[in-house]
Amino acid sequence: MLAFIKRREPFWLFVHSPSAMIAAFLTALIILGALFAPLIAPSNPYDLSSFSLMDGLLPPVWQDGGRSAFLLGTDDQGRDMISSILYGARLSLVIGLTAMVIATVLGVGLGLAAGYFGGRFDAVIMRIADVQLALPAILTALLIDGIARGILPTEIQQNMRVTVLTLAIALSLWVNFARTARASTFVEKNKEYVEAAIIMGQHPLRIMLIQILPNIVGPLLVIMTVDLASAILLEATLSFLGIGLPADSPSLGTLIRIGMQFLLSGEWWILWIPTVFLIVLVVAINVLGDFLRDIFNPGLR
Amino acid sequence: MLTVQDLTVRFPSRFGDFTAIKGVSLSVAPGEIHGLVGESGAGKSTIGAAVIGLLQSPGYVAEGSMTLQDTDLRTLSTDQAHKMRGKRISMIFQDPQTSLNPLMTVQDQLVETIQAHEDISKTQARKRAIDLLEEIGIKNAETRIRAYPHQFSGGMRQRVVIALALCTDPDLIIADEPTTALDVAVQSQVLGLIRRLADTRQIGFLLITHDIGVIAQIADRVTVLRHGIVMETGKTAQVLGKPKNPYTVDLMKAVPPLDRRLDRFLVPGEDRKSDTDRDQAKGDKAEKWLLAGQKDPATGLAINDLSVRFVGERTSLWRKPKPFIALNNVSLDVRPGTIMGLVGESGSGKSTLAKAITGLVKPALGTIRLQDLDLPHGRDRGRHHPSRRLIQMVFQDPFSSLNARHRIGYILGEPLLHYGFEPDAKLRRNLVADMLELVGLTPDAIDKYPHQFSGGQRQRIAVARTLLARPKFLICDEPTSALDVSIQAQILNLLKDLQATFGLTILFISHNLAVVRQMADDVTVLRYGKVVETGKVEDVFERPRAEYTKELLALTPVTPSDW
Amino acid sequence: MAYFILKRLVQSVFVMIAVAFLAFSLFRFVGDPVSQMTGVETTVEDQDRLREGLGLNDPFVVQFIRFSSDLLRGDFGFSYRTRQPVAEMITNRIPATLELGVVALLISLIVGIPAGVYTALRPRGIATQLILMTTLVGVSIPTFVIGIMLIFLFGVQLGLLPTFGRGGTVHIGSWESSLFTFDGWKSLILPAVTLGVYQLTLTMRLVRAQMMDVMRSDYIRFAMARGVPLHSLYFRHALANTMVPVITIIGLQFGGVIAFSIVTESVFQWPGMGLLFLESIRFVDIPVMGVYLVVIAFFFVLVNLIVDLLYFAIDPRLRVKEDV
Repeated sequence: MLAFIKRREPFWLFVHSPSAMIAAFLTALIILGALFAPLIAPSNPYDLSSFSLMDGLLPPVWQDGGRSAFLLGTDDQGRDMISSILYGARLSLVIGLTAMVIATVLGVGLGLAAGYFGGRFDAVIMRIADVQLALPAILTALLIDGIARGILPTEIQQNMRVTVLTLAIALSLWVNFARTARASTFVEKNKEYVEAAIIMGQHPLRIMLIQILPNIVGPLLVIMTVDLASAILLEATLSFLGIGLPADSPSLGTLIRIGMQFLLSGEWWILWIPTVFLIVLVVAINVLGDFLRDIFNPGLR
Repeated sequence: MLTVQDLTVRFPSRFGDFTAIKGVSLSVAPGEIHGLVGESGAGKSTIGAAVIGLLQSPGYVAEGSMTLQDTDLRTLSTDQAHKMRGKRISMIFQDPQTSLNPLMTVQDQLVETIQAHEDISKTQARKRAIDLLEEIGIKNAETRIRAYPHQFSGGMRQRVVIALALCTDPDLIIADEPTTALDVAVQSQVLGLIRRLADTRQIGFLLITHDIGVIAQIADRVTVLRHGIVMETGKTAQVLGKPKNPYTVDLMKAVPPLDRRLDRFLVPGEDRKSDTDRDQAKGDKAEKWLLAGQKDPATGLAINDLSVRFVGERTSLWRKPKPFIALNNVSLDVRPGTIMGLVGESGSGKSTLAKAITGLVKPALGTIRLQDLDLPHGRDRGRHHPSRRLIQMVFQDPFSSLNARHRIGYILGEPLLHYGFEPDAKLRRNLVADMLELVGLTPDAIDKYPHQFSGGQRQRIAVARTLLARPKFLICDEPTSALDVSIQAQILNLLKDLQATFGLTILFISHNLAVVRQMADDVTVLRYGKVVETGKVEDVFERPRAEYTKELLALTPVTPSDW
Repeated sequence: MAYFILKRLVQSVFVMIAVAFLAFSLFRFVGDPVSQMTGVETTVEDQDRLREGLGLNDPFVVQFIRFSSDLLRGDFGFSYRTRQPVAEMITNRIPATLELGVVALLISLIVGIPAGVYTALRPRGIATQLILMTTLVGVSIPTFVIGIMLIFLFGVQLGLLPTFGRGGTVHIGSWESSLFTFDGWKSLILPAVTLGVYQLTLTMRLVRAQMMDVMRSDYIRFAMARGVPLHSLYFRHALANTMVPVITIIGLQFGGVIAFSIVTESVFQWPGMGLLFLESIRFVDIPVMGVYLVVIAFFFVLVNLIVDLLYFAIDPRLRVKEDV
């Protein structure tokens, strides 16, 4: 059936790599689950009327005292764990994906231009990247968050949490893209097909977008995957530190922070189920990233 | 001494085994240089690697025997094989820039190698290393031995590599393209050294190369290889001079001679399609379209006192960086409708000149005129300057001159669209398909990607791209140096045909004197950015005036004409 | 060489000025410093007098220069929250963070480099596949989760190790160290491992990738072809060449270690700079935030300057000039 696909082409390799297939399947499953959370989830964890304290701290269904209405148990507020996790993953993914897309557009744009034009423009972009590197991702994100707290009035702050968090993560990840895009552009710029386009008198914008960009997509795809994982981790970490999302709109990180309170008591599911879910999601994305890295850097295999 | 019998090497993969070498037999006697020649993919290097036991994983020796004197190389354990390497068989690699460890001094590398194979004190090992360096022509070896590899020039570095291969007194040295990365003068010295070592030390050499001239110059015997199978083997003069195997016969016909000019190369399979009885329909439309654009007389190019300087690397705070002078007062006159050959070694400024003409680098001084059109320098030349269309370029590396992410149809459609020749997509496609036929490809190439073609086919596509701009002036920068000789012959034929049909003016840049002799009407010799000599091809090749030209001609390895 | 070092110095100074500018902008534009420093009962006249006294009415550039020269003299201003001098608060916290960071970095290097070399030399071994799988999971687990897991396992279940604070410390001059008591080491282990695991996986994967590249290079194949003993081939030839790019990344990683110590310190209630920074963010304590930034950037720049000097020690191509 797949005979028309050339051996060694990405899709062929993908179909023949069990780990990549499983990872893609899991990622797709989680993304679909998160996308359709309102349809799938047994209850809405944001809706205070849909759960009651009466159902609090119920264990998963296979443990004594578990109820079939709450397959994975409930937290202390009586919220269904499955629903919380699906909605939490939805929030985590929305923030992660949006941040990744913003970082990609910003970073690739600047990196392409810096690599193509070189000279002073390149120097300025790279010095900014230097400064950014001196302040690692999590620090940048924390800082932007802190600034937002200082500038925005309190009532707006609560409504802007998701936006601020997304921007904070995006701004702390753009450097990866900029540096990768710039380094690849430097290599491509001196290849003869680009020289041919310059000699023809093609517009620089056309050369960058039509000629060079398709040729540097490989390494960028790797960074996109890896940074999606980073963005999700970053969001979880910030929420865990209590700086990200508040408890009434929990992301996966917030759920874990809430679960921490039950570390010493017997209610293990409140902590470990969201934790395992987060790890599975990130591992799956990273396996995909690794697979892409193997394809686009065959040298490393 | 070395006897290889029915050697078969396979590379297993998920899709079944790939047999790289099939039943190859050859032998090397002490003091003999045995040439192993063939085009890319023939399996030359694989044989060398199999003999020394360093086949790239997952390749393995499937059948056959390899013996060195009375040692059976196939039965050695990993450990024994490693001890034997260096001690009895050694190897020289192609690129001296990359074959030495950059972090260790030459002395450390030599002493370590000697001590690995012999129980000998460091002082003694060092003394032997110095003697060896002296012997192979490194002056002041006593002090130079303490230097790092990057402190040696290319030729000297290859001598260090040879010293390292030699320091343990091996019986056999496998030399894999040992002079391919070197200029002719250095190449001739290194080849001389190899010959001398074979004669005085009775070392056997397995000399792997694609360059028939090199084999003709120093090999005692030669084995011709194709697709992993031996085509012909025997004394060099016999195999290359009076080849029996049809493949060798064709191969020798494709080698450009230095001492005479052929009108056309005889390429197997192409003689049917030679100019006179070529299928008239093929590429007819493209030809008419091109001729319609060539009504004006041919265009010449005049370069006057052109100088190009590059900013040097800044090494000190106080001194200004020393500029590197790539071109120094170069004047050149390419007559309309002719081919000007431009020859020179690496670093002579050949490619810089091409870049100055196309506006990729900005000269400091001088003028470039295309017939009556003055060409502004560098970025001063606007994107819509007429020369952007009139001057087109064929590049050296057919693997990087086509954008790998676009289909051939798109790549070839670009000039038509960009220069506004053909806004209609359908007509554009028809013209592109016809142009593909004109350069000898089938029109179905239009929907394929560059990686689906061989190097020679890609170079045809690159030529088609230049033609679709309706150019008057073509720059060919080493257009065949990345190709095998038989493919080179085809591309040279194609260029000759096109030039004759469309009256193009061509600047043909090459380091290969024999190729230039075949192509050019006039020739200019460049060295260190200066013109050494210029004149009609026959004059320069038959009666060179400059010392440097004489030297170049004398040192270029060729097949003797009396074979 | 002097030129190269000077160039890097100028770049470092540029980074520091940029970060100082960031800190200054924070101080100047995020919230009003005067209203932060004064109480509700302060009159408008008093506020204006304070504003004038602090020089907040001076031109922007003048203010920035004054701010920078204060920084250079070690005058970091006062915390909005505790009213203590920021310099004192930070210097009290530096030892805890540095000890944690350095031990974590050491763990990551001591385990990461050999593991990277091993997996590069035996790319198809079972152990290699296992290690690679483990590290993939390692980079995917957020630092705080690793911390929680360790606390749960060693603190809660086994009761072997303390799960918060620094344990017994010793004062050496003004440096408060936990490296000289058994108790201190016991407290250090879990946080240091937590912080080190992520860096370890990065180090290992990087060493592996570089080592595999080097092993394919011509000079290694040539050394192989002349029978250089394998131990020398792996360590003297291959590993040395691997270290050139690896050192750069380790320099960059140091920044990561310090940054992630924020998380680790929060999980283990480790009284370092990171914890201080978190508190200052919660209370929008701008002076502390700004100074923390400057201090972190300073460490980062310093480490990377040292890395540049290491280059010269390792790579003769930079040290010895061309002489043909």
